[in-house]
Amino acid sequence: MAAERHHIVTALVENKSGVLARVAGLFSRRGYNIYSLAVAPTDNVRFSRITIVVDVESAPLEQIVGQLDKLINVVSITELAPQAAVERELLLATLQAQPEARAQVMQLVSVFEGKIVDIGREQITVMLAGPPSKIDDFEDLIRPIGIVELQRTGRVALPKLERQAARLHSIDGGTDDRGDHDPMSDEAG
Amino acid sequence: MQLTGAQALIKSLEMQGVEVIFGLPGGAILPVYDPILDSSIRHVLVRHEQGAGHAAEGYAHVTGRPGVAMVTSGPGATNIVTPLADAMMDSIPMVVITGQVATTAIGTDAFQECPITGVTLDITKHNWLVTDAQDLPRVVAEAFYVATTGRPGPVLIDVPKDVSNAQMDWYWPSSIDELDLPGYHPQTKGDPVRVRRAAELVLEARRPVIYAGGGILKARAAEALRVLAERCGIPVVTTLMARGAFPDSHPLCLGMPGMHGNYTAVTAMQRSDLLIALGSRFDDRVTGKVSAFAPDARVIHVDIDPAEIGKVRRPDVGIAGDCKEVIEELIVALDGLGLGTVGSPPAPGSAAAARPDLAPWLAQVRAWQEQFPLAYDRSGEGALKPQFVVETLRDLTPDDTIVASGVGQHQMWASQYWRFDHPYTWVNSGGAGTMGFAVPAAIGAKVGRPDKMVWAIDGDGCFQMTAQELVTASAERIPVKVAILNNAYLGMVRQWQELFYAERYSEVYLSPDLPDYVKWAEAMGCVGLKVESHEEVAPAIEKANAIDDRPVVIDFRTDAFEKVYPMVPAGSSNDDIIVGPTEGEGGR
Repeated sequence: MAAERHHIVTALVENKSGVLARVAGLFSRRGYNIYSLAVAPTDNVRFSRITIVVDVESAPLEQIVGQLDKLINVVSITELAPQAAVERELLLATLQAQPEARAQVMQLVSVFEGKIVDIGREQITVMLAGPPSKIDDFEDLIRPIGIVELQRTGRVALPKLERQAARLHSIDGGTDDRGDHDPMSDEAG
Repeated sequence: MQLTGAQALIKSLEMQGVEVIFGLPGGAILPVYDPILDSSIRHVLVRHEQGAGHAAEGYAHVTGRPGVAMVTSGPGATNIVTPLADAMMDSIPMVVITGQVATTAIGTDAFQECPITGVTLDITKHNWLVTDAQDLPRVVAEAFYVATTGRPGPVLIDVPKDVSNAQMDWYWPSSIDELDLPGYHPQTKGDPVRVRRAAELVLEARRPVIYAGGGILKARAAEALRVLAERCGIPVVTTLMARGAFPDSHPLCLGMPGMHGNYTAVTAMQRSDLLIALGSRFDDRVTGKVSAFAPDARVIHVDIDPAEIGKVRRPDVGIAGDCKEVIEELIVALDGLGLGTVGSPPAPGSAAAARPDLAPWLAQVRAWQEQFPLAYDRSGEGALKPQFVVETLRDLTPDDTIVASGVGQHQMWASQYWRFDHPYTWVNSGGAGTMGFAVPAAIGAKVGRPDKMVWAIDGDGCFQMTAQELVTASAERIPVKVAILNNAYLGMVRQWQELFYAERYSEVYLSPDLPDYVKWAEAMGCVGLKVESHEEVAPAIEKANAIDDRPVVIDFRTDAFEKVYPMVPAGSSNDDIIVGPTEGEGGR
C-alpha cells in the first residue's frame, strides 16, 4: 500500500438510521474507492465517527470531501494525511497451530506485543493492535504458519499532537488546494 | 392542541405557505387525504404519479417556490422516482410526500411496501422516514429548508400510515434553530479575497465570456448578471438551464452554448481567455471533450455548491457562494478597482484604466454571428419545418409566454429559436433528459402562473409518454397549450442513427397518425388541431391562443428528415462543431 495513494477522512455524522448507507452510497455512486471503513459511536450519543481510508487515485481528495460534506447528516469532516495522524488497527487471526508449532506462534505474538485470546486443540486465535504497517508485517509473518481465518477492523485515526495542533483542515465550503487531475471521461451520448 | 399526524402534516404544509399539492391518493397515504378536504391548499389530482412530480417541478421552475407532490407507498412512490432524479439533476426545489406501510409492517414485504427512502437516497438532496408523529412539523420545516436553501433540490418525506393516524401535540418550529440539522450550513457569501482576485482577472482579460448557468435563475440573479455584463461589456452565453437568465435580444447575449449551441456561443467560449462561470457546472453537453474545452481560458467559477468547483475543470479562482451575492460583491470589487459605470470612463490610474480594449473581441463575436447564424430552409416549400413552427409560435405569443419542452430535437429547436427575454419562462429537463416532461411540467407552470400563457413544445415520442395528464388539465381547468412537433420518429435518436450509424434506423419509427393526436386530444377534453403545411401554422396558433377555457393540442406534421444543427458530435472537441448539413449528406 503506497502511503500517498491513501488518505484518511474522518466524518462526524449524526447517529441516525441510514447514515452509513448514505455515506457508502455516495462512494459507490461517484466511483470513489474505500480502502477501509470503521464506524463507532463517539462520547456524544447524538454523533458517530466514520473513519474512511480512501484511495485518492480514484478521485481527488477535495472532491471526495466536498461531496461528503453535502450529505445533510455529515456534521464535520477532518482530513488527515497519514504522516500527520496517529493510526491504529486491530487484527484477529485464527492460526493452524499443532501443539508443537505453538511455541513459534507465541514467540511471534510476544515480539509484536500481541495477545493470545483463544486456544483450541489444533488452532490458536491471536490479537494484535497497532499501526497498520505493523499489522501488515505481522500478517506477512503469520501467513506461512497457516491462517484459518483473519479479520482486520479497518483503521481509526486521530491527528498527531505535534507542537501545536496537527495539520488538520476542517473543510466547510473552502475551495483550496483542488486536486490536479483531468476529471471526467469524455464519454458522452 | 392534539392533532393526528395527518392533520399535523397538512397543517405544516399550510404553515409553509403551500398553495397547491399535485398528487394521487392510495392506501398508505389515505389518512393524509382526509384533512385535505378541510384545507386551504388546492389539490390537483393527476392521472399518474410521474405527472405529479413533473407538475411540481414545473411549478417550482416558474415560481421559485418549492413544488409539492404527494403519492402513496410502493408503486405510487416508485412512479415519482423519475421526477426526483430529474429535479436532483436540475437543482429544482421539490418536496415529495409518500405514504408508507405502518411502522409495524415495515420490513415484512407488506402490500405496497417499498423502501423508498433507500431507493431515493442518491436522487434526493435528503430524505426522511418519519417514525413518530410528534416529529412531523419539525421534519416538514426541515424538508422545506433543505429543499430551498443552498443548492436547491428535491427532498422526500416518507410517512407510515400509523404515524399519520397517531395523535400528536401540535407545535411549529419558530426558527431554524429549532430544526435538527447540525450538519447543514449553506454558505452564501463569497470569500472577499477570491472575489477581489476574480475582479482583477476580469480586468486583465482580452477575450472574456460569461458562462451563465441555471444557478443564476435559482439565485434570482438575472438582474445582477445584467448589471455585471453591461458594466464590464462582456458577452454572455446562457446554457440550456439558463435560457432567459439574460435576455436573448440583448446585444451582449450570445445564446446557448454546447452540443447544439449556436456557432458563436460555442466558439466564443473556445477562443476565450477568461470564462466567468456563474452557476454553471461544466456539463459534458456544454464542454464537449473536456481536455479540449476553452484551452486558453482562465476560469472564474462561482457556485453555491463547493463540490462543483473543480469537479470538472480546475478554476483559477473558485468562489463558493450564492450567485446573486457573489456577483454583487464582484461588482463592488470592480468599483474598487476603478471600473466606471456604463458609458463613463474608468478612474484614472486605476486597474480598470489599464484594462485591455475589448472592442476587437466584440467585433470578432459579431463577425461570427453574421457569418454563422442559426439556419434552416426558410423557403416555405416542401415539408413543414419544425423551426418555422417554433419561430411562428414565438412571434404570435406574448413575449413573456412560458415554454415547457420535453427532450430531444424539439427541445433543442425550442431553445434555439425561441427568444427568451424574461427569466423563468423556460421549463425543461436539462440534466436528466426526461422524455415526457413537457405536458405535466406545463400544467404545473400554468398552476403557478395562471396569468401567463403557457405553451408546451413537445415531440410526438415525448407526448405519448405523459399525455394522459391533459385529462388532469381538462378536469382541473388548467388551459395549457401543446404544440407537438410530430415528425413520426424518435427524432434525436433517428438523427444519431443517420449520422453515426450509417442510416441504420433501429426502432425509431413511430408513425405520424398512430395515435390520431386530434382524436386523442378531444377524448381528453382538449381542442385538437392538425397542421400539415406552412400556411396553416399561423391560423392554427391564433385559434389556439384564443381558447382559454380548456387545453389545446396542435399536431404539427413536420419534416421527419430535419436535423438539429449546429452539432458537436459526442466526445468531440467543440472546435469540431458541425454548422449544418453537408452536400450530399445521407437521409436527405
